[in-house]
Amino acid sequence: MNELIEKMVPRFPVNKKDSLLGMLQEIQKAHGFLTEELIREVAQYLHLPVNKIYGLATFYDQFRFHALGKYHFQICNGTSCHLSESSINIKDLENQLYTKDGGISRDRKFSLESVSCMGSCEQGPVVKINATVFTNVSPDELNRIIRSLKDKTE
Amino acid sequence: MQFDIEINGEQVTAKKGETIKNVLDRIGIKVPTLCNMNGFTPTGSCRLCVVEVDGLQGLVPSCSHQVEEWMKIKTHSPRVLKARKTIVELLLARHPDECLYCNRNKNCELQSLAEELDIRERKHQTKRLSIQIDRACSSIERDPAKCILCGRCIRICDEVIGVAAIDIMGRGSDSRIGTSYNKGLNVSSCVKCGQCIMVCPTAALSERSNIQTVLDALHNPELFPVIQFSPTVPASIAEDFNLKTSKDILNLFRAALKKMGFRQIFDTSMAADLTIMEEAAEFIDRWNKQSVLPMFTSCCPSWVRYAEEEKRKLLPNLSSTRSPQQMMGRVVKNYITSSAGQKPSSVFVVSVMPCTSKKHEAEGDVMKDNNTRYVDAVLTTRELVRLIRLMGIDFSCLEPEPNDTAFSLRSSAGKLFGVSGGHLEGLIRTIHYMMTGQEINPIKINDLRGLKTKKETHIKIGKQVLKVMAVSGLANVKSVLDEIESGRKDVHIVEVMTCPFGCINGGGQRIGSDEKSLKSRMKAIYDVDEEEMIKVAHKNPIITDLYDKFLGHPNSDQNKDLLHQVPITEKTV
Ligand code: SF4
Ligand code: SF4
Repeated sequence: MNELIEKMVPRFPVNKKDSLLGMLQEIQKAHGFLTEELIREVAQYLHLPVNKIYGLATFYDQFRFHALGKYHFQICNGTSCHLSESSINIKDLENQLYTKDGGISRDRKFSLESVSCMGSCEQGPVVKINATVFTNVSPDELNRIIRSLKDKTE
Repeated sequence: MQFDIEINGEQVTAKKGETIKNVLDRIGIKVPTLCNMNGFTPTGSCRLCVVEVDGLQGLVPSCSHQVEEWMKIKTHSPRVLKARKTIVELLLARHPDECLYCNRNKNCELQSLAEELDIRERKHQTKRLSIQIDRACSSIERDPAKCILCGRCIRICDEVIGVAAIDIMGRGSDSRIGTSYNKGLNVSSCVKCGQCIMVCPTAALSERSNIQTVLDALHNPELFPVIQFSPTVPASIAEDFNLKTSKDILNLFRAALKKMGFRQIFDTSMAADLTIMEEAAEFIDRWNKQSVLPMFTSCCPSWVRYAEEEKRKLLPNLSSTRSPQQMMGRVVKNYITSSAGQKPSSVFVVSVMPCTSKKHEAEGDVMKDNNTRYVDAVLTTRELVRLIRLMGIDFSCLEPEPNDTAFSLRSSAGKLFGVSGGHLEGLIRTIHYMMTGQEINPIKINDLRGLKTKKETHIKIGKQVLKVMAVSGLANVKSVLDEIESGRKDVHIVEVMTCPFGCINGGGQRIGSDEKSLKSRMKAIYDVDEEEMIKVAHKNPIITDLYDKFLGHPNSDQNKDLLHQVPITEKTV
């Protein structure tokens, strides 16, 4: 059994219904996303079919199934941000970050994800880069931020 | 408790606890549904069966709503009809306009509903789902664009087959049927049984078609096309072409195949006889050593796949005897056609099976050596029907073709393979003979017959008693396997078939088969057993001849490679 799962076992009994979500959340916290191997292990541990777990996990926005880039961009696509005048065009962003919505750039530096609402509707458009939230972002400002991240040497 | 309710202005008797739909079915009022399935608890998810009940604000789904004494119900009021129409219009909003080219054309529940509800124009248009067709699996093809998310496939795969290979992925308008990590069905827990195809109302699920390959072979002058058919096929073809299931049907069927250009025709039941001989000898060997019991049959490739993936500990218990399809292919290419002066490389063996899983079996490594495939293409019963139509065969003008190849000779035991319990019955007849030198009496084993998914009985053989079991519907097998894994010792042979009731209900059969057709297919098989002179595999003259001339005796070392397969120890995917 995988170490991470082994550590969880005492806290998540097999017969408890909500063990599943809790375990998935911890995996995501540790790895940034749900890896296939770990879902398999959870399935085995909880005696559930892999596909059922994957199906359930895809129901929630919070779970990811691919690795994230060094800089993970979340763009609010909620109604309010979407309508705010200087709204950010996701296609532009895809071009600038060299990745599709929901994907990761080849150099693994950027990943992009549009999310439904981040709860700051009055300050839209809202963009979150890793843990930092930027409010009232104009396209120009976003441009500047991206350029500076690109220029940053590792 | 009984009481009267009013339906469409008429008094009708209803029972407490039944659903509105139960009552409607009984009095012959048809309401449409796209999610309901016989024998499953209703989900009420498609909403098409809604009816209007006086005093209730919203329309209620009749499949899940129970009757109550005060009810006055309208099943086809303007409001109800409008709701149903809107639902179908919305389903059509993202459904491709492809009916003309679709393999379910004229046999699609969505299409018929649109027609029944008099939908004559596209009311809504939304963005189509851009998900690729999943063609990774050699048996099953998935086209999510045609899916209406009724959920039937998920339920049958989970509740009847017990593997839960597919599920709803995502949420809201992004929902789709898929596998984990969007991988192909081939690397999921799918066992290729095709039961999901049988319940899908549209063409979102279908078999991988081999019609073109077979047509090409029929028209290739360098090839010598031959065909083998599984025991249940002629009766199913008769249903499709509205022919009476009589004795002649087999000969008519043969005539049709000849007309289409197949040079030789073989009844897979003959190979089933061979399977029985080998399997019986294999069992007796295990029995004498009292080792690795119970023996599981291994003729159902879906079951074999499941065991390979999930029950590796039990693999040694699976019989090593090859399935009839494999045996037939091998015997045809190795002996029969060579005596007709053909090289194995120019013989093209087609098999017709009521099964999608056999396609997968035929492509596997067990089905070839030195690049010779033993079966070159597998057609489902459905595909054969299409091919017969395509070739313009008219049954009413055919002369019944008498059985010309001796290799169609079979005992009725081989025929019994088509139904759950039948394989076991045929096997026991020969085991009895091999162990005691006498025929079993009575020859009919009634406990192993009938439309049940779990049958068991004790068989007296000389002084010994065997306990045998026939289980169908893979999900039902699980509990038996668990018992055996945790040490249950009193069972000696277990016959496993993935599809409920066996191949008569296989995933390659006509779509829309009901219990009535299952019963008549079953009856056709048992009728053959009733009338046939040779009822046991060991009396089939072809089989005894084969052993005399080529094979020696059953389960001998010399036949290990030809008629048995090495246990699968490496995980396949
Ligand atoms: S073929 Fe059988 S196992 Fe595979 S998805 Fe369909 S029902 Fe499930
Ligand atoms: S694939 Fe077919 S059976 Fe499955 S949910 Fe879609 S329409 Fe229903």
